[in-house]
Amino acid sequence: MTTTTLSFGAALNAGLRRALEHDRKVVIMGEDVGRLGGVFRVTDTLQKDFGDNRVIDTPLAESGIIGAAFGMALRGYRPVCEIQFDGFVYPAFDQIVSQVAKIHYRTQGRVTAPLTIRIPYGGGIGAVEHHSESPEAYFAHTAGLRVVTPSNPADAFHMIQQSVASDDPVIFFEPKRRYWDKADFDVDAEPDLPLHRARVAREGTDATIVAYGSVVPTALSAAAVADDEGHSLEVIDLRSLSPIDFDTIEQSVRKTGRLVVAHEASTFAGLGAEIAARISERCFYQLDAPVLRVGGFDVPYPPAKLESHHLPDADRLLDAVDRSLAA
Amino acid sequence: MVDTIAYPVQLIQPDGRRVFRPDYTSLVRDIGPDQLRDLYEDLVVARRMDVEAVALQRQGELGLWAPLLGQEAAQVGSARALRPDDYAFISYREHAVAYCRGVDPGVMTRMWRGCAHFAWDPSSVNVTNPAIVVGSQGLHATGYAMGAHLDGAEIATIAYFGDGATSQGDIAEALGFSMSFNAPVVFFCQNNQFAISEPVHLQSPVPIAQRAAGYGMPAVRVDGNDVLAVLAVTRQATQRAREGSGPTFIEAVTYRMGPHTTSDDPTRYRAAAETEVWKARDPIDRIRRLLDREDLLDDVFLARVQATADDVAARLRSGTVEAPDPAPLDLFEHVYSTDHPLIDEEREQYAAYLAGFAGIEEALS
Ligand SMILES: Cc1ncc(C[n+]2csc(CCOP(=O)(O)OP(=O)(O)O)c2C)c(N)n1
Repeated sequence: MTTTTLSFGAALNAGLRRALEHDRKVVIMGEDVGRLGGVFRVTDTLQKDFGDNRVIDTPLAESGIIGAAFGMALRGYRPVCEIQFDGFVYPAFDQIVSQVAKIHYRTQGRVTAPLTIRIPYGGGIGAVEHHSESPEAYFAHTAGLRVVTPSNPADAFHMIQQSVASDDPVIFFEPKRRYWDKADFDVDAEPDLPLHRARVAREGTDATIVAYGSVVPTALSAAAVADDEGHSLEVIDLRSLSPIDFDTIEQSVRKTGRLVVAHEASTFAGLGAEIAARISERCFYQLDAPVLRVGGFDVPYPPAKLESHHLPDADRLLDAVDRSLAA
Repeated sequence: MVDTIAYPVQLIQPDGRRVFRPDYTSLVRDIGPDQLRDLYEDLVVARRMDVEAVALQRQGELGLWAPLLGQEAAQVGSARALRPDDYAFISYREHAVAYCRGVDPGVMTRMWRGCAHFAWDPSSVNVTNPAIVVGSQGLHATGYAMGAHLDGAEIATIAYFGDGATSQGDIAEALGFSMSFNAPVVFFCQNNQFAISEPVHLQSPVPIAQRAAGYGMPAVRVDGNDVLAVLAVTRQATQRAREGSGPTFIEAVTYRMGPHTTSDDPTRYRAAAETEVWKARDPIDRIRRLLDREDLLDDVFLARVQATADDVAARLRSGTVEAPDPAPLDLFEHVYSTDHPLIDEEREQYAAYLAGFAGIEEALS
């Protein structure tokens, strides 16, 4: 057993290093990923150690990055693409949804596109416009893509390797305000869960909170506060946004009878809506209250001075829990 | 005819001596002693503003800043070639362009402080708020110019972008569109040698200006640290635009002396020796040497420049630190131009939620 303390960003770096070592067809591509090690340093030192044919600084062109990576995948490579910030994935949107996502279906399974597309996402770091978006619903809505997001360093380490190993294209969202969170874990242990499974992050009996990525630590701190007030909350870390592990959520809701879904993205037509609908179908008779959603407002991502209002915090989660318990 | 792609246009040498280029010197014939001194003042003010903003970021007053250090001549020279009714589409580093267009230094940092996504009313100064998605503004400028062309307006539109941006499809598409529609637009590329860490040769193995040839667009390379040369080539390009002769591509060869932004660490990707080479080409030193040679530097003038620079910096500082935080419910403003039930409902619910806290605070106090 080798317990190591790693930050979220360093865990991703270690996971990518393992992926590069494991399979020589794995290549990393993106803007500034080489010499600089990425603007968040997630690919730090990888070009130095693996060379510039494996860790490739590309021209500043997102559509070009994904389109070229797609071509490399057709030739047998497993590209890991970095989109520098969430708000810059849109120029590549066409390549992702029209080409990458559809190739397997279009060729009746003859061609796969094993790309991993890493996207630092979400707010909370006081950034300027286009640097704090949560575009996960666009991708979760697109058939052919897998969409995942780890919430902690251990998952970051394992899930990036599992994503690179996936024969399906994976959109890998990295909650950027968690890059500096640290944790101890065993880097030689097998991952606890397959990529598509959710994890019960905290057990409880009175209500369930489902969260993912950046909001999981928020949900855990809300649960700690609720505990002091005599309410026992179960927290589920979704991990995979497409597919969604509804069985794990259902099991929890059958026990607690109450569900609050939390995410940073705007609530309208967000993943919370999908979860609420499915769980209402599956647990209609077990629910003691309507499924509630706590998310960003339905406004463009606001300037930094307002983001603390936009982002769901522990208080807003607890407010929803109170409403659920009162129902 | 001099090949201006191979030999960038220069009117002032690094040691301050003038270069005589009949084709370009004639374009700045009206720039006498007073105008030269004004240009010098603009460069000094631009640098002073930038230094102030960097300090404000270090003091925690700004979330981020993109320094323009080293690019003052490219920005001032081009912006001073514009007329009030021309329209500039800028990116996140063009603080000096904004200043020259008349943007109030007191609002310049608003976006960087996180108070709002916008800093000024674009139509009040004919300069857009900074584009963040690299290259996007090239197409916006083209469309604006197409409209101006249709209107029969004799104005020029100018799009500012970096060398990295030329790899973006948006810029390629903008070059194509503007030629197809003979749009009165000037593409002003500040080749500052880097796109964050990526050296310009990664974007293009040939001079950036050469890209224009594929679209049949005239292009010129200019020494971007020479304010007079930049003024001359931009005047020529805006003149072409205004008289209906279509787009021009300008590549201003310059250097970003500082980091990409206040979060960047340039020691990771470039050698100090390289930066030293460019220091010798400093745009402010250059025009100062020219003024000195022509006996135009005196204490009264230098004191005036210093006073203006200090005043602008003070306005930038006070505008920044005094900028009030937006109110929480401002979140919901201007999402749509007319009422929207979903937003209205959320605004109401959030107001009630916040009011709940006010009740608690009152009870506790
Ligand atoms: C479409 C897009 N991709 C990535 C980014 C992140 N980013 C911001 S500035 C920058 C480098 C731009 O370089 P260049 O165009 O040369 O302009 P400079 O910053 O040198 O003025 C990058 C990669 C962005 N803002 N927009």
